[in-house]
Amino acid sequence: MEQDLMIAAPEIAMAIGAMALLMFGAYGGGDAQRHTVTNASALLMVLVAAGVATAGAGERIAFSGMFIDDGFARFAKMLILIASALMLLIGRDYLERRGVLRFEYPILIVLATLGMMFMVSAGGLIALYVGLELQSLALYVVAAFNRDSARSTEAGLKYFVLGALSSGLLLYGASLVYGYTGTTNFGGIAQVIEAEGVSLGLTFGLVFLCAALAFKISAAPFHMWTPDVYEGSPTAVTAFFATAPKVAAGVLFARVLYEGFGDAVPEWSQILIFVAVASMFLGAIAAIGQTNLKRLLAYSSIGHMGYALVGLAAGTPQGAEALLVYLAIYVVMNLGTFAFVLSMERDGAPTATIEDLSGLASRAPAAALALAVLMFSLAGLPPMVGFFAKFFVFKAAVDAGLAPLAVAGAIASVISAYYYLNIVRLMYLSEPGDPLTINAGPIQQTTLLASSVLMAAGWLPFLGGFGLTEVAGEAAASLLR
Amino acid sequence: MADLPLLSLVTFIPLIGALILVTFLRGEDEAAQMNAKRLGLLVTTFTFLLSIPLLTGFDMGSTDFQFVEEGVWFAGLTYKLGVDGISLPFVMLTTFFFPLVIAASWGVTHRVKEYIACFLLLETLIIGVFVSLDMILFYLFFEGGLIPMFLIIGIWGGKERVYAAFKFFLYTLLGSLLMLVAMIYMYFDAGTTDIPALLNHQFSFEAFDLLGWQIIGGAQTLMWLAFFASFAVKMPMWPVHTWLPDAHVQAPTAGSVVLAAILLKMGGYGFLRFSLPMFPVASEILQDFVFFLSVVAIIYTSLVALMQEDIKKLVAYSSVAHMGFVTLGIFSANQQGVDGAMFQMISHGFISGALFLLVGVVYDRMHTREIAAYGGLAERMPIYAAVMMLFTMGNVGLPGTSGFVGEFLTMAGAFQVSTWAAFGAATGVILSAGYALWLYRRVVLGQLIKQSLQAIEDMNGREKAIIAPLVVLTILFGVYPAPVLDLFGPSVANLLDDVSAAQEAAAGIIDLAHK
Repeated sequence: MEQDLMIAAPEIAMAIGAMALLMFGAYGGGDAQRHTVTNASALLMVLVAAGVATAGAGERIAFSGMFIDDGFARFAKMLILIASALMLLIGRDYLERRGVLRFEYPILIVLATLGMMFMVSAGGLIALYVGLELQSLALYVVAAFNRDSARSTEAGLKYFVLGALSSGLLLYGASLVYGYTGTTNFGGIAQVIEAEGVSLGLTFGLVFLCAALAFKISAAPFHMWTPDVYEGSPTAVTAFFATAPKVAAGVLFARVLYEGFGDAVPEWSQILIFVAVASMFLGAIAAIGQTNLKRLLAYSSIGHMGYALVGLAAGTPQGAEALLVYLAIYVVMNLGTFAFVLSMERDGAPTATIEDLSGLASRAPAAALALAVLMFSLAGLPPMVGFFAKFFVFKAAVDAGLAPLAVAGAIASVISAYYYLNIVRLMYLSEPGDPLTINAGPIQQTTLLASSVLMAAGWLPFLGGFGLTEVAGEAAASLLR
Repeated sequence: MADLPLLSLVTFIPLIGALILVTFLRGEDEAAQMNAKRLGLLVTTFTFLLSIPLLTGFDMGSTDFQFVEEGVWFAGLTYKLGVDGISLPFVMLTTFFFPLVIAASWGVTHRVKEYIACFLLLETLIIGVFVSLDMILFYLFFEGGLIPMFLIIGIWGGKERVYAAFKFFLYTLLGSLLMLVAMIYMYFDAGTTDIPALLNHQFSFEAFDLLGWQIIGGAQTLMWLAFFASFAVKMPMWPVHTWLPDAHVQAPTAGSVVLAAILLKMGGYGFLRFSLPMFPVASEILQDFVFFLSVVAIIYTSLVALMQEDIKKLVAYSSVAHMGFVTLGIFSANQQGVDGAMFQMISHGFISGALFLLVGVVYDRMHTREIAAYGGLAERMPIYAAVMMLFTMGNVGLPGTSGFVGEFLTMAGAFQVSTWAAFGAATGVILSAGYALWLYRRVVLGQLIKQSLQAIEDMNGREKAIIAPLVVLTILFGVYPAPVLDLFGPSVANLLDDVSAAQEAAAGIIDLAHK
């Protein structure tokens, strides 16, 4: 038991930290302490990330297989923790200026992050569900965090109702899987499949599980909530939605399919191929008509999840590695992009209208250049690092004999290039419109700059890709042993 | 000297220049603008000087890749550079043209710093395409060139610049991504992305069924088509050429020059580096298809050129026609044809580059490219008229200019394979004489009756200095083409030996396809 607790030490630290901060906030002055609590939460996450990084290699299983701490989980946890911490800091000033920063906000984010850490370490369907719900419940609240805004409340409610539906699907699928295998542990499920093959009931369960997870990762055709929630939530919350939860859901998806259903690749590969193609094309086509940058990024994230799932659909170790690399690069690009969106202001009010970017290059050349780099990178154009993200998933797909999927991805990325380019066009080729101010604090500026420099220069030979692919490769190998 | 990573230096020095420019140069006043232009000229000239040892140190007799640099990149990818007789001429063409292009941009006053930075970035990416010996590295440079070109057309172009920039970008991107998928498949098949190794790898040409169609030539044919989709757009070949006239007309003078003189050559280089040697069987099977497209391009675009009212558009269409000769030559797959195609590409670089510069000269003065707005320029601009005459003749392919050598060799090469294709191409030569001379007649000859032209000045010192090297080279290579032919001759011969060996081995399949 003691050993089990040690293995889950990072999660326990997060949980205790969240409680302590809650007590401190509630009894130590309430909203007056909002800055302290925010900074302390970010610090907590960074410290826990450091703890995860130094936890040592190897695989440790706790609580009778419910909780797995392996390289795969650690990679995801570090990514999630760092992204969450940065997003808290980037969003702080934004929420402060809008007057919606309260001390509960960072605590909810810590709890959501804790849920994500459980998700990526889940060793069975029950742990999966608990982690997922902890994350989701916290996220429903933060989506509606600007309680005076009808849009924000609506976003929270929509997210809640649809989220509840997907949880229902998940539970139904899990119960079918349990019914046909007699176990909720991924390892046990894999053993049953190996021994008896995939029965019809199990396939049904698998389909429901996939649908629910696709909902969480906001892949088409389960994406409907995404644009509305992205648009309605305070931008700081949107920024959070676009990064850490995506990593958690993507990694969880991989964990369920590879560890639980590793011998049923043909069954789920078809589902993923469909979901990936639908997401890539929907993300590409639906984003074209958007006038709001947050909605556009919502569709962009749908498309990106489609590409990430291409890696997963391959069903090979390379596919899992490509997924991790994709998610890591995706997170870095989105951190920078949202650092920019958070600092967009017109007449002191936040704005996310795309037209407002007109002629930005002549007024704020540095910010415009950084955003342009990120847009090119999101579009997957070489030599930006975003290209390599796509390259690795396409490579995994071709290696697995799914060349048509890679062709579909290539076509979708040409379509999506249009709207990313359109942003560059507005900034560089259009005459300045209404004055847009970039109200960026040092943290936003640093994040934007760091993210765009990484994307523009990360491919240079002497940098060696920062060892990202090697680390991701090891992490993926630990998943598949 | 021998230990210097010369190719890396030549490739990346322009990029370093661009970074210095963006980071350190401040201000928008005239002095800052002048500094940007001077720095650009300095960096490109330095790059050119640095590339000269490549030419002098190049062993003409060898067909191997030379100046090879190899290192670990990341994620299992390799960083490998090198040149052979096929790529070196293009490297030299690029480093040679960029100082001229920067000098030709002296009149730009709008966002000068970004303008020069874009061109420097573009130079790095173009040289990178020609020197990469790793497929993924090649793709990186090949695609990366889209970004600066998009900005150059989009920011400094004419009225319809945004439309033209998008068209250029999306057209080329679609082709390239299909190529990327084919590249990944090649890596999967051959287990390497190393270009010299891939040149020796034989890709399967066994026929198989796909969606009920029998694919003759199998994987080779599919990959050939994927590469073709990319290179044909870059080239550009009919019917995917329509981005070119738009892009050319809207691009600033320097942009047009880079586009015509260098960027279009990436397509031809790609055919020679990938399509022909790596998929020899598919190249043979699809030869008729390429010939058909080339001949249509030559005749159709020449006819279209006849009807143009915009000088730049006319030259752009004539570029498409000339690129038709290049594809014709490459896919005749014999020594004369491929030699001719190489020569035609280099010579077209000089001639079309010069023609766009000359259009720029009058455009800077009159701010219109309409043919009807000119006439009788010879009266006020004798030097201009003389230079224009030379390059018009070069464009037509008159003996004594470099244009003749290329066109003659490609037609000789094509004639051995298909009489009809050679006949079609020869018709195109006649048509090209038609539109080029008619253009000259309407712009330069006749009476100077237009009021607006009464005060037009002849070429100034800077313009003469830019055009002079092009004049010299066009005539020199026209009367004495041997140095250039010797440079790429051995490499081409080597390439063709491999190709014909592979084609003989697959003779049965090719016969089947022809039936």
